[in-house]
Amino acid sequence: MSKSPSERISAEVVVKVSRLARLDVTPDEVQRITTQMAGMLEHFADIDALDLSDVEPMTQPYPLSNVFREDVVVTGLDREEVLANAPAAEDGRFRVPPIVGLDG
Amino acid sequence: MTTHANIPTTAAAIADGVRSGALKAVDVLEAHLAQIAAREVDIHAFNLVTADEARAAAARVDADVAAGRDPGVLAGVPIALKDNMCTRGIPTTCSSKILEGWRPPYDATVVQRLAAAGAVAIGKTNLDEFAMGSSTENSAFGVTFNPRDISRVSGGSSGGSAAAVAAGFSPISLGSDTGGSIRQPAALCGVVGVKPTYGTVSRYGLVAYASSLDQIGPFSTDVRDSALVLEAISGHDPMDSTSIPQAALSLQHVLSQGVEGLRVGRITDMPSGADPDVTERLEAAFDALKAAGATIVDVEMPSMKYALTAYYLIAPAEASSNLARYDGVRYGMRVTATDTNAMYSATRTAGFGEEVKRRIMLGTYALSAGYYDAYYGKALKVRRLISDDFARAYTKADVLLTPTSPIVAFPVGEKSDDPLAMYLCDIYTIPTNLAGHPAMSVPFGTGAHGLPVGVQILAPTLGEQVMFKVAASLERSMIAAGGAK
Repeated sequence: MSKSPSERISAEVVVKVSRLARLDVTPDEVQRITTQMAGMLEHFADIDALDLSDVEPMTQPYPLSNVFREDVVVTGLDREEVLANAPAAEDGRFRVPPIVGLDG
Repeated sequence: MTTHANIPTTAAAIADGVRSGALKAVDVLEAHLAQIAAREVDIHAFNLVTADEARAAAARVDADVAAGRDPGVLAGVPIALKDNMCTRGIPTTCSSKILEGWRPPYDATVVQRLAAAGAVAIGKTNLDEFAMGSSTENSAFGVTFNPRDISRVSGGSSGGSAAAVAAGFSPISLGSDTGGSIRQPAALCGVVGVKPTYGTVSRYGLVAYASSLDQIGPFSTDVRDSALVLEAISGHDPMDSTSIPQAALSLQHVLSQGVEGLRVGRITDMPSGADPDVTERLEAAFDALKAAGATIVDVEMPSMKYALTAYYLIAPAEASSNLARYDGVRYGMRVTATDTNAMYSATRTAGFGEEVKRRIMLGTYALSAGYYDAYYGKALKVRRLISDDFARAYTKADVLLTPTSPIVAFPVGEKSDDPLAMYLCDIYTIPTNLAGHPAMSVPFGTGAHGLPVGVQILAPTLGEQVMFKVAASLERSMIAAGGAK
């Protein structure tokens, strides 16, 4: 039943997770992160054995739902002030590099 | 605690003086700026001191008083703001390189409410990057040192805000608390720190770490000042959809009411591990409340021991989602690359520090296909068990009492290389956030090396009044015993 830390997470999974998280990791970092995450997951294994089949998940501490405001026009953020914060802006819009490769 | 001649040390006394005309807000401010000039070099509480803006705000308060206008309940009171709260036109960094150069286009609701109450914002305080940490060592701008012993950490993640109050830079400050980030640094720096009920203080303009856990609250040198600040910043805000639709908290009138007949709970199966000097102060607090007329009752919370696991799966999961917005497109830094995907990764890799990356990775893993049910899904169910434990405990007790931190302030660098050891600093504070309840840390004497020890008072949802009654009683017993406030 109990897994050793090295069985809990592999270097391959760490590489996949780093791609999902949009973080670049060097091979050295992969090794270190794998070891650290395995250690944490080992500590977190204390909930493995709990039978939680009848327990309702809790996603928020205070039960509020469908919080709407009146459908009226309000002043939004100032466009110039917002764009002044952008690393690159042009013609009232955010400027980004190509979404797909230029040669694609 | 402060050393300014002729300037009162509490926010309540400063506001009274300014409102009556006996004190000038500009003089109050200059005294605090002088204190910053004298000690900030050793403490590093601030990422930015906004002296010019503060001078203008203080002058406006004095002009209001001179013109007979109501200057507000916090008239002329200097306040420091954790640097994850948006201040329009003033850099807000979250102590991260990735927000370099960002000047928010709006004020957080708490910033607006403080200004309306006449408070004078004096600067943005240091924190663990994006509020992830327990020592304010994980900051892109350097460590905040503990004013009680500058070889030691100030706690975290709101270490700068705790240190600012402990060093007399401002009588009050605001922090944010996701798993103990107000209460733990308050305990380590010897000041009062409050995490109110989730939803009582608007999160609009608080840069999100873990949205179902984050809550803003005050630091102060005494219990009344925290009550005063909470009255000014709490209450419904339509800009935060998790804001509880109710009026502001009313707290100051309960402070003198005493604790006779109140039931104070001792958690008998709390995970052990607090140092003996900390446990000794907790026992002294139980004794003090008993002497003041409270009854001590035993409660069991069998799921409490799983809180750390639930928290360190849920908080990173929410963080991985919240921090996806830092992609180099709309604000902050950008590392240029040939296409957007490469730009996202290059920007995030260069912009985030190690602990933030660690939590994003952990959270992404806990949410990813194949692992969701085993980790995130299970953690949400454990969260329910912990909440149910609290509900049962509060049928027997009005409040619960625990240590705030298992240890006193530790030396800088001692836990930097061991993430799990750092996470264990939050063992007593985390359960509250999972349940969404209020909790506060009150200084209650000293432990090893003469360093401050905090006692934590926990109360049920919207139980701030009973919590503050108990806090005020503990404070009175410390003063009666001749202890420093």
